[in-house]
Amino acid sequence: MVDTRGYSCPTPVIMVQQELKKTAPSTLDVLADNRAAVENVTRFARNQGYAVSVTPDGADFRLKLSKP
Amino acid sequence: MKQRNEIILENEVKLTKLAKCSGCGAKVGAGVLAQLLEGLPVHRDENLLVGFDRSDDASVYKISPEMALVQTVDFFPPIADEPYIYGAIAAANALSDVYAMGGEPKLALNVMAVPEDMPRETVHEILRGGYEKVYEAGAMITGGHSILDPEPKYGLAVTGFVHPDKVLTNSGALPGDVLLLTKPIGIGVLVAAMKGGLLEDAVRDRAYSTMMTLNKAARNCMVKYRVHACTDVTGFGVLGHLLEMAQGSGVEIHLSLSGIRFIPEAVEFARMGLLPEGMYRNRAFAEESVDLGETPLEYQDLLFDPQTSGGLCISVDAEDADALLGELQNAVPAAQRIGLVCAYQGGKRVLLAD
Repeated sequence: MVDTRGYSCPTPVIMVQQELKKTAPSTLDVLADNRAAVENVTRFARNQGYAVSVTPDGADFRLKLSKP
Repeated sequence: MKQRNEIILENEVKLTKLAKCSGCGAKVGAGVLAQLLEGLPVHRDENLLVGFDRSDDASVYKISPEMALVQTVDFFPPIADEPYIYGAIAAANALSDVYAMGGEPKLALNVMAVPEDMPRETVHEILRGGYEKVYEAGAMITGGHSILDPEPKYGLAVTGFVHPDKVLTNSGALPGDVLLLTKPIGIGVLVAAMKGGLLEDAVRDRAYSTMMTLNKAARNCMVKYRVHACTDVTGFGVLGHLLEMAQGSGVEIHLSLSGIRFIPEAVEFARMGLLPEGMYRNRAFAEESVDLGETPLEYQDLLFDPQTSGGLCISVDAEDADALLGELQNAVPAAQRIGLVCAYQGGKRVLLAD
């Protein structure tokens, strides 16, 4: 799980990028607390071949990344 | 020995780290701005040629049949870690609004916010960047105002002049006009990448150079031709500013994607999702009035990307377009033809195609 809450763009994308590089997971959960971070991480993950689903988690957002 | 403008002081906090949003990305979104201004009294004066009832770049006041005053103000948090470059970019960006109205800047006042513990030399370098850019513009800084603030901010209030019959607003575009743009697109994305430490020095320096380029040469070319409208492309992005132009002029604008010059590295970073928050604000504001066609997402994002110290977008009579573009390309090599102005058909205001 990558928790990007409290970070402003572009840091959330970079955190996710580093995690994908390090462990190349087939699935990954990401927590974000703002719309721009959700959208940016979604764009990045799709570009890397992941499917992305977003669900609200209280005031935050939970992104599920998965390789089809 | 290092050039003075390359000084980043040792043990100093990086300037851009003190900024929540960078450059024109810090601008209040167009939709929010309209709400904030709603209900405020708008006073009329027969000599006020352009006022705040219109979404234009600067206000213009006629002082004689031959002369009108142009006034504007712009400032933002650090967009570069090098204080001199930050100052020069902020100044070029503030001066641009006068050029966009077809005017020439004459006087400028510093607007500054500094943290109490910022080294004197850093403050001095920011101001020196501003002074030298203003001098290059043929104007001068005659004073200013500074306050203490944990987040640094810098910019200028600029006064210039224009002939009252030659004021260029963003609401005069006519069907048949050709649209020209004088700088490449993607600066906001590059700034986001820079904040993330992902930008190579050579790319960063090119971005600095683009932002530090005055719109003076572009203005001096365009005033010789039949230009009907002009705006500078800054915080609202290409599509936000063109939407304002289309609405203000009562026309629709057809953009040709293949004609638009995108900074290649910015396209790559956009694909990676390195997009500034301002892009999403601009998209939310303008999207419903724009037909994005089949435009790939990364190019859409770049057209909503907030530009700091962007180029002039010029709506010129079709008969003059080739001549103006030719002259522009000698003075500002990135000048490009990006689209056409058409009579409004009642649908979307800005339409994108290949």
